[in-house]
Amino acid sequence: MRYEDVADLLPGLVDGTVEVDDRTRAFIDSDLRCQAELARYRRLLRGLGTLRTTYLEPAPGGLAQTLNALAAEGERRVARGILSGRRAVVAGAALGGAAVAGAATAALIAARSRRRLLAG
Amino acid sequence: MVDETELIHAAQHGDRDAFDELVRRTYVDLFTLAVRLTGNEEDARDVVQDAYLRAWKGIGKFRGDAQLSTWLYRITANCASTHLSRRRRTRTEPLLPGLEPADVRHESQPEAMAETNLDLAVIARAVDELPPKLRAVVVLRDVYGLPHEAIAEELGISLSAAKVRLHRARKRLRDAVFEEKRSSRAV
Repeated sequence: MRYEDVADLLPGLVDGTVEVDDRTRAFIDSDLRCQAELARYRRLLRGLGTLRTTYLEPAPGGLAQTLNALAAEGERRVARGILSGRRAVVAGAALGGAAVAGAATAALIAARSRRRLLAG
Repeated sequence: MVDETELIHAAQHGDRDAFDELVRRTYVDLFTLAVRLTGNEEDARDVVQDAYLRAWKGIGKFRGDAQLSTWLYRITANCASTHLSRRRRTRTEPLLPGLEPADVRHESQPEAMAETNLDLAVIARAVDELPPKLRAVVVLRDVYGLPHEAIAEELGISLSAAKVRLHRARKRLRDAVFEEKRSSRAV
């Protein structure tokens, strides 16, 4: 086994993303070039981890813009709620009206049929 | 200062002021992530705004089994991925000249820097020069520590694709960082 055979595995091996068989592992553990390369990757990962606490300064107004967008979204939500509430009231009234009209018509028909029966 | 858990609880019950406070506390962190993912400030502002709008709509679903920051990182990653695929950019723009690190906290951790012994500016530049697809994976995994599964899910790729991209990104970074170091030593 040579360094070139395992070089491609090293970026993943450094944090266990890649797993290797025992024979490959034994070679990597004993090969100085592999060890040096793994040390580079470890340093790279530590450096990347440190980048996590290196914050970038947002341009002025970015936070305010986001808070305004959230406020606008909140208002839209309230407006949608009111509109859907009104729609529900209108729909309820229409349904109620239809039900009353239906009941009245049914009562009228029933009364007429009763009168016809009595007359007959 | 009100505890973050209390703010989350209040926001989940519709308290906008509580959510605004969470935004204020996390804005710089999320903005930094968005810049690292998109490569420029303008896109980052859009991405962050979109991320907070989604977070506000979905705060009720946040169960608290992960940290709030991790949950927000995932939303930001998803928004950045959507944003970038919409823009279909092939090349990243370098950080704007005005975008200097605001708060370099590692300066107060000399032991961490000594151990790393790498120039952070060199690493940041190397990350910035990666193609967006590789950069997203390495930033989310190696800088922000998200699990492979979460990265794959938020970027809309398979787990194996996420690992392959991470592998390639690390290789490129290794070449960029250590070659640059070698050449600067030679000067």
